[in-house]
Amino acid sequence: MGQIEWAMWANEQALASGLILVAGGIVATAGRFTQWYFGTYAIAAGVLVCLLEYPRGSRAKGSTLERCGQRYLTAVLKLLGPLSRNYYFRAALHLALSVPAGFLLATILGTVCLVIASIIYLLAAVRGEQWTPIEPRPKERPQVGGTIKQPPSNPPPRPPVEARKKPGEEDATPAGGPPGGPRVNPIPVTDEVV
Amino acid sequence: MGNWVVNHWFSVLILVIWFGLNVFLFVQAFLQYETDDKYYYTREILGSALAWARASARCLNYNSMLILVPVCRNLLSFVRGTCSFCSRTLRKPLDHNLTFHKLVAYMICLLTAVHIIAHLFNFERYSRSRRATDGSLASVLSNLSHHGKEGDAWLNPIHSPDTTLLYVTFTSIAGLTGVIITIALILMVTSAVEFIRKHYFEVFWYTHHLFIIYIIGLVIHGVGGIVRGQTKKSMEESHPHECAESFEKWDDPDHHCRHPQFEGHFPQVIMHPSKVLELQMKKRGFSMEVGQYVFVNCPSISFLEWHPFTLTSAPEEDFFSIHVRVAGDWTEKLIKAFEQQKLPLPRIEVDGPFGTVSEDVFQYEVAMLIGAGIGVTPFASILKSIWYKFQRADHKLKTQKIYFYWICRETGAFAWFNDLLNSLEKEMEELGKVGFLNYRLFLTGWDSNIVGHAAINFDKATDILTGLKQKTSFGRPMWDNEFSTIATAHPKSVVGVFLCGPQGLAKSLRKCCQRHSSLDPRKVQFYFNKENF
Repeated sequence: MGQIEWAMWANEQALASGLILVAGGIVATAGRFTQWYFGTYAIAAGVLVCLLEYPRGSRAKGSTLERCGQRYLTAVLKLLGPLSRNYYFRAALHLALSVPAGFLLATILGTVCLVIASIIYLLAAVRGEQWTPIEPRPKERPQVGGTIKQPPSNPPPRPPVEARKKPGEEDATPAGGPPGGPRVNPIPVTDEVV
Repeated sequence: MGNWVVNHWFSVLILVIWFGLNVFLFVQAFLQYETDDKYYYTREILGSALAWARASARCLNYNSMLILVPVCRNLLSFVRGTCSFCSRTLRKPLDHNLTFHKLVAYMICLLTAVHIIAHLFNFERYSRSRRATDGSLASVLSNLSHHGKEGDAWLNPIHSPDTTLLYVTFTSIAGLTGVIITIALILMVTSAVEFIRKHYFEVFWYTHHLFIIYIIGLVIHGVGGIVRGQTKKSMEESHPHECAESFEKWDDPDHHCRHPQFEGHFPQVIMHPSKVLELQMKKRGFSMEVGQYVFVNCPSISFLEWHPFTLTSAPEEDFFSIHVRVAGDWTEKLIKAFEQQKLPLPRIEVDGPFGTVSEDVFQYEVAMLIGAGIGVTPFASILKSIWYKFQRADHKLKTQKIYFYWICRETGAFAWFNDLLNSLEKEMEELGKVGFLNYRLFLTGWDSNIVGHAAINFDKATDILTGLKQKTSFGRPMWDNEFSTIATAHPKSVVGVFLCGPQGLAKSLRKCCQRHSSLDPRKVQFYFNKENF
């Protein structure tokens, strides 16, 4: 249990809450319910929460799967600096955003879910977690000839085991050569790297 | 392609059946709530959001029933082992149980969204028509009383125009359980995404046990009975197709349409004047005859006391009722407990019904029913039953005429019986059978004041004390006169005399019966029945 990164779950929960807030807000506004302006607030707050929570932070150990297209938002969040890194701030922000939506029945579900997300973020912050952006891995270009510096030192056809193991016994085989050192090629070898 | 079909045909078949059942249940429930006349008035307020909510609810019930099955590991192992005689293809879907579980879960999430949105519209419309003052049909329906004589006859669950929607949501069982189980569902879903499951399995595992809360909450979610249709009885009297347009005249006593009655949640509690409590209850497997009694126990008042009460409802009604008057400690506590109408209502245990069956009442062409004081109670049941039999043109009913004598000291405690007579009177008039029921009320506890009033208001059409068309007489009835009048009116019939009252009255009635029965068996005969009702 000590390995659990609560922030990851909080992130999922907050993202879901944002969507629920948006949905509730749309219903309240479109239906022109009583006090429907809370609904418009809920749409705005929900969109903000979704944007904030969409980029997944990277895990402490191991690789993290990115959400589709989260690179751009990650860049924005990096600019915010401590505001996006610190989970105390996120917990407080979510708590504050959820309060006005609690006045309308259509958005109360979003409120409760966002409060739960805020609590989990608080737990994550207390345990010292932080949001670190997922850095894009440098793409490794396959270098075709890069590892070939020297031709192999003992390519086939190789002399039988005895010849290789006992350098004292010499067999006059044309394929055999003095073992241990780099083979001297009868024909000069060049590597062709394009 | 052929390869795929051979390998997957059974899974596809299962999915088609599952989805097909979903569609069928949805459409069936949707059409029921959209077109059934029972919900005509409900739709008047809510529109088609009612049908959307109920249809998605039915599918939610179906899917919630299914969702646990694919994860019952022991069951699946059992099926796998037992069905080893089946071909491998048939057992293959067992391997994909988790996929099916997730599919059903997605369907539950979708249906939950539909259900919640539809109910948001429903609540909003209930709230609007509650506050509406334009006298439209919706506002009239919303104002049907929550308390008082009709008791539980409301249609709009929002009790007053000032109640906010949030208050209604969190104080009704359906609203509160709905919010709780939706939160449980959301938590289960967010902790079950692949990312969390793969890397932080305990979060998923422990959170997913919230399903217990989900299932329990789902079971009690519908217990409150907020969605109501019109009762069958009310539909017979005032069908919405005939009465909906004339809703302004529902209050008018002369108009043939009445206020529609909506099915409430039993037990129903109705407080009558002079602290008389009527308890209407339903119990599975309960069947009664007229005039029977039950023993009633209320553990929260006294664990061991059982008290007998005569049943005042007719067997034709779909509930059974008792009327309780304050007559001691136990009854006083009972009435106090139910008066407050605090949910949950105290638990009631019922033993019975017992008693001599008074079906004989219906075998006599002419019946004389005499009820003295509290003895009038079984006659409520009898009169109601006769009324139902009459209305449904029951041919086994031999009764042509009923003479009902009601003797009591004062009408206060029997005002409810008064109302029953009132409504019977009206219904007789409507059917044009005014002569069927003749009743006379005798007040033995009169004083000069009351008589003075009666004398002054002699010309009025209805009696001032009871509001009935028949005027109240004062003092005890003169039985000889009554018997001879009846004997003259029905010279050739067999008259059944039924008494529920004191011994002294029984003796004098028995003597009258013997005196006025003619010696000729073809002429009028009086048969006396003193039943211990």
